[in-house]
Amino acid sequence: MFQRLPDRRGSITLLIDGAPIAARPGDTVAAALVTAGIAPLRTTPVSGAPRAPYCMMGVCFDCLATIDGMPNRQTCMVTVREGMRIERQNGARSLP
Amino acid sequence: MATFDLHQRKMALLFRGSECELSMRRILLCNNEGDRMKNESRDIAIIGGGLVGAAIAYGLVRQGLRSIVILDEGDRAIRASRGNFALVWVQGKGMGKGNLGLPDYAAWTVSSSNLWADFASELAEETGIDTRFERPGGFQLCLSEAELAARRALFDRFHNQPGLLQDQPGLRTEILDRKAIADMLPDIGPDVVGGSYCPLDGHANSLKLYRALHVALDRAGAVYRPDHPVTEIAHGNGTFRLTTPRGIIEAGRIVLAAGNANEGLARMIGLTVPMTPERGQIVVTERCAPFLRHPFGTLRQTDEGTIMIGDSREDRTDPAGNRPEISALMASRAIRMFPRIASLNVVRSWSAIRVMPRDGFPVYDQSTDMPGAFVATCHSGVTLAAAHALRLAPMIAGGNIEDPAVAAFSSRRFHVPAAA
Repeated sequence: MFQRLPDRRGSITLLIDGAPIAARPGDTVAAALVTAGIAPLRTTPVSGAPRAPYCMMGVCFDCLATIDGMPNRQTCMVTVREGMRIERQNGARSLP
Repeated sequence: MATFDLHQRKMALLFRGSECELSMRRILLCNNEGDRMKNESRDIAIIGGGLVGAAIAYGLVRQGLRSIVILDEGDRAIRASRGNFALVWVQGKGMGKGNLGLPDYAAWTVSSSNLWADFASELAEETGIDTRFERPGGFQLCLSEAELAARRALFDRFHNQPGLLQDQPGLRTEILDRKAIADMLPDIGPDVVGGSYCPLDGHANSLKLYRALHVALDRAGAVYRPDHPVTEIAHGNGTFRLTTPRGIIEAGRIVLAAGNANEGLARMIGLTVPMTPERGQIVVTERCAPFLRHPFGTLRQTDEGTIMIGDSREDRTDPAGNRPEISALMASRAIRMFPRIASLNVVRSWSAIRVMPRDGFPVYDQSTDMPGAFVATCHSGVTLAAAHALRLAPMIAGGNIEDPAVAAFSSRRFHVPAAA
């Protein structure tokens, strides 16, 4: 669905639920996820409806995921790092 | 054109009680300005469309009364019904301000708490809206020995009221030490020294309650008129004439259910209802997996997973703006009670104005100057919703609220010269 424009950036690896996906330096986590075709990303706490990144600019809160152990991060507002661990959230986040 | 009009009406119904309502209504008004300005006549007019007015209107509908109009303010009204904490709370009800006890208030509150489950099922059956009432018992947690001692002293005085516990078994609020609390609530933080527990305490989703009442009223044919604040009440030949910016409403009987605004409205029907509004703030976290089954006086997890933190009190009554230092203190106390919530993000906070009669107790009365005019105002519109619908409304429908269950709530109690 989404195709990258040609660029000269290298490649880094993220883990989504333990499985590696490729991203490029400077990507937001949401951009890396949609490019890798990860959808839906989560389900909502109340109705269990599926969600995927939508606004890509920090407004809609549809792209939430657990990043390096921290739940409910807006993946469109976080830049990728090598080895970053992303977990999908199904339903409400848990408490530590 | 007719189809378009019907569609607009459906849309307006869909958005009733929402922020979209105002713009929808403006469209409707453009089309219907002519008939809106004509006088409207109903058997009963309820002034105030919040939880108290809606619960009473719902109770009147249950009594078979159908010609009802509910007059409400606009979207900018200060609405306790939308800003409240949604406890269905028994513990401590019956102690008013200045340590004045009123066992009748305890009894009235317990009766509402006992009616709530049936009330909620009835609403769910009629409207398909589950108000999520639960009564698992509630706590007030204390974070210092001084707080616990004050709590203990309060309930010693409370339980000493003659007849109270004999008449209301189950009303007893236990003072528990840290160990007893920790047995029931393993997640408490190290600062919790004890607290109080009442098995009759519960909570609900007050927005769903508000919605369910209005859906039920609409289905029963009761008419809801927003943007109709009442500025004048006249009475003659057995008919009330209510002045609003959108025309005169005529009614055979009226019920004042306008919260703090009842002070001014009651004066127009010859009653004294002194109100002392308070401001309170609420902080809400993001949704998380269920971990708090019990409600707390200052903290609860809602049916949809958010944690609500509340219970500040300020004398100031301007609704604009929160005071961050108050939110911070509330949040810090909540974290000391349950350290696990420290990692949650706050997603909303607001301030709202509490409806508060001067002595803290409800006021239910009828005018002697203007027979057929009733007033109902209280702090606890959620807790008392079941009693308002199932007990008070039948009294109003019968035209007499001298019933012993509510006699103590007459406004005559304010006709005592204040001590010099």
